[in-house]
Amino acid sequence: MDLLEYQGKQLFARHGLRVSQGKPVTNVEDAVTAAAEVGYPVVVKAQVLIGGRGKAGGVKLAADESELREHASNILGMDIKGHIVRTVWIEHASDIASEYYASVLLDRSAKKPLVMFSVEGGVDIEEVAEKTPEKLIRHHVDPLAGLSRAEALRIASEGGADADVVEGVADALIALYEVWLQEDATLAEINPLIVTPEREVKALDSKVSLDGNALYRHPENQSLSDSENEDPLERRAKEEGVQYVKLDGDIGILGNGAGLVMSTLDVVSQAGGAPANFLDAGGGSNAETIKQAVDLILANEAVNAVLVNIFAGITRCDQVAMGLIAAFEQIKPSVPFVVRLDGTNDVEGRRLLAEAALANVHTAKTMNEAAEMVVALAAGQSVGAPA
Amino acid sequence: MSVLIDERTRLCVAGITGREGSFHTLNNRNYGTNVVGGVTPGKGGQDVEGIPVFDSWEQAVAEAQPNTAMIFVPPRFAADAILEAAAAGVELVIAITEGIPAHDELRVYNTIARDYPGTRLIGPNCPGILSPGKANVGIIPASFFQDGNVGVVSRSGTLTYQIGNEIAQAGFGCSTIVGIGGDPVPGSSFVDILELFESDEETELVVLSGEIGGSAEEEAAEYIAENMSKPVVAYIAGFTAPAGKQMGHAGAIVSGSAGTAAAKAQALEAKGVRVGRTPTEAARIAVEVLGGASLAAS
Repeated sequence: MDLLEYQGKQLFARHGLRVSQGKPVTNVEDAVTAAAEVGYPVVVKAQVLIGGRGKAGGVKLAADESELREHASNILGMDIKGHIVRTVWIEHASDIASEYYASVLLDRSAKKPLVMFSVEGGVDIEEVAEKTPEKLIRHHVDPLAGLSRAEALRIASEGGADADVVEGVADALIALYEVWLQEDATLAEINPLIVTPEREVKALDSKVSLDGNALYRHPENQSLSDSENEDPLERRAKEEGVQYVKLDGDIGILGNGAGLVMSTLDVVSQAGGAPANFLDAGGGSNAETIKQAVDLILANEAVNAVLVNIFAGITRCDQVAMGLIAAFEQIKPSVPFVVRLDGTNDVEGRRLLAEAALANVHTAKTMNEAAEMVVALAAGQSVGAPA
Repeated sequence: MSVLIDERTRLCVAGITGREGSFHTLNNRNYGTNVVGGVTPGKGGQDVEGIPVFDSWEQAVAEAQPNTAMIFVPPRFAADAILEAAAAGVELVIAITEGIPAHDELRVYNTIARDYPGTRLIGPNCPGILSPGKANVGIIPASFFQDGNVGVVSRSGTLTYQIGNEIAQAGFGCSTIVGIGGDPVPGSSFVDILELFESDEETELVVLSGEIGGSAEEEAAEYIAENMSKPVVAYIAGFTAPAGKQMGHAGAIVSGSAGTAAAKAQALEAKGVRVGRTPTEAARIAVEVLGGASLAAS
């Protein structure tokens, strides 16, 4: 779960990281009030979960109220790569002497937390890592011991932090590690981590991803994230507990098991089709979950045909068939379906479907055959008699 | 032969008294797995269809001598259950539970590495292990598989059934099917399991089924090039997955340019591993490499 900049900064502040005073607002009048509170000059920053805000004109400096009004009204409602700006963050502008970079993340390969630090902040860190890797310090932490002060000091000084702020950078690294650890984050990043002319070390930006599986430990974080910009179908799926990701195509996909569904998307693409979604009905899915899934897929108006691809292990094909039949009775879909049932109770499942003689429902024996059929149907071609 | 589980397996199950836990435990016993006990704190002394339930792993080990643990408890209790089984000296812990926080997995992995080096963890968020004809631990539907010479290692359950079933239809069987799970910090990686298959006499070929996210497939490619004498055939799922979107499994997310299916397929092919573009093609290549004729155990 990715957080907006200001949400990340609020977590930072909770763990003792220094951030500028600021306020999230959703309209120009509130922006004016907020700016008066934090004091001019202020920075107006678009709150969207996408990089390149500055280049898109989503980050502006305002010296006074008239500039603030102009920038806030321009940025609110702005479309940045498909993300509509609904919230701007107003913070007191900082004077900057140096821009550093700091992050803590879960290194899946090493199976340890990785602390990274560079004095080349404020730019794309992947470029720093590629062109001048010696300027990016990477330090693996023993997760059972945590990040010690001695380690943090070493990272700061080896990374080349100015001598008079090594202590301040070490404090920031320890606080950032605490954010990562205590909030169950998979990533906590500051770019830039600035040094002010008064030699204060401050987080000027934030990028935080929280582990959705750990949210039960953090009820206060459950309402975070950019729910306003979330796709409405994805939000509905989340509320219903269905694994659903909306894609750009016109072929609805329903399968069981994340790997098999990913594979189904690939096979449909290879057959020349474009999947409209990822939907994992899960292991042990019953008639009710199947009906719910069909409902969700058809709620996307772009869908022209649907492929149901089930290889049943714990799931039972007769249950899937009953779910489909129940769904069709209620929803009466206007688009064709291709159903491939294999695995536990597949014969019974196929028999139930055949007996129901549903209009516009075709059955396929293999995954590849099913993909070819659904691609043809989505293109408006006929594929022979329905099941 | 087979790897990890066989006739000598003595299984004890954390969460045996739960609905899912008891259902799958009994399935495993019906298959022939020797289930010697279960652990549910507070329910010691009861039994599940004749399988004794213990209050703790320490007690279970003392009284029933399990060498394999299956973890079937809810996510918030799973980390402690895994560590308790490891602390009691169980050599193999298979964690089926899905949805364990990543930080818990990190703590579990590093604690086992430091304090219980004699314990191997498979999973979490995995379908378990099946050695056809010998033992089944987990939720893999055993009816699709027969005993044979193909080792299978996979991050995904249903995809394993899909590929395994196609191999079975071509007349081949499997030595062992190992589901390593779809989470960011799995207890065992592809490399760990490839190593076991390389030294298993029965296994003649390994099918590796990977997916987007992380770099385990790339690490497997390096390992195969340097250490494997047996052929490996791979399949990677997620070519059409967009960056930044989690595809079901907590570990299946493409971040930046890393973790894409294309990069993984390329890394494997660069080391001479043939990669099927569909599960069907991967199964077909495996059958072709095996010589087209059945090598099923005779």
